[in-house]
Amino acid sequence: MARMKFLCDAERCIECNGCVTACKQENDIPWGVNRRRVVTINDGVPGERSISVACMHCSDAPCMAVCPVDCFYRSEEGVVLHDKDLCIGCGYCFYACPFGAPQFPQAGAFGVRGKMDKCTFCAGGPEPDNSEAEFKKYGRNRLAEGKLPACAEMCSTKALLGGDGDTIAEIYRQRATTRGKGSEVWGWSTAYGRPETPKAPVAAPGGKS
Amino acid sequence: MRLMGIVSGAMAAVMLAGCGERPQVMEYKQGKYQGKPDEAPYMAAPFNGNKDLWERDIRNRTQNQNEYRRIGT
Repeated sequence: MARMKFLCDAERCIECNGCVTACKQENDIPWGVNRRRVVTINDGVPGERSISVACMHCSDAPCMAVCPVDCFYRSEEGVVLHDKDLCIGCGYCFYACPFGAPQFPQAGAFGVRGKMDKCTFCAGGPEPDNSEAEFKKYGRNRLAEGKLPACAEMCSTKALLGGDGDTIAEIYRQRATTRGKGSEVWGWSTAYGRPETPKAPVAAPGGKS
Repeated sequence: MRLMGIVSGAMAAVMLAGCGERPQVMEYKQGKYQGKPDEAPYMAAPFNGNKDLWERDIRNRTQNQNEYRRIGT
């Protein structure tokens, strides 16, 4: 098996935030922390696009490189995880991450920075699999249950794909070659038929025949 | 007398064992993960170390996201 990856299809994402909600519900994420969020480019302008963004589980993760206490590790499946018992909440990973994936829970009126929290690809952390300690610190370990991340599995349009990198790339490839490109993807011809095959005109009732 | 010597010697050894304090400050190895080891997702129940079964389940599950295969074209 290759590396676990997310892939978001901007042609399909409808900005419903179902992935965000699924993630928060599945992992019992506290208020103010968003492991996943939907980013819209050219919002309100024709041709706007939305993508769902979380930790991309980078092959050469900058968060791992800058962490002063080396609390990050990469699992056998290529998922970037961290040990919250070691994290000192310094925020270096947040500055290093190009996707803004690391999140810091705010506790109290003065915003005391807590330990870093981020997407785990629903793979938990370095506690015994599916234990209460693991759930409290990192959320649910769906991979250990033979399931995929809740965000991808809950996506209504299947814009967000998650799983083995080679497999989801193949799904996306088939999808892209089947639907074509340009105005064939979404638009008038998709909804009402191709312009080169117009319907025959219907004779007006009561007219001369 | 000899027994007393053995006992006192043993007691001294036991008490001195407390002086062998292990360092309580973490020793960082630059660039290496310092946290607790994590086990592979297929090690615990229900897969109990059966990697092939886990991989098959994940592959099948991944294909559920492919509607061309799930409901046909």
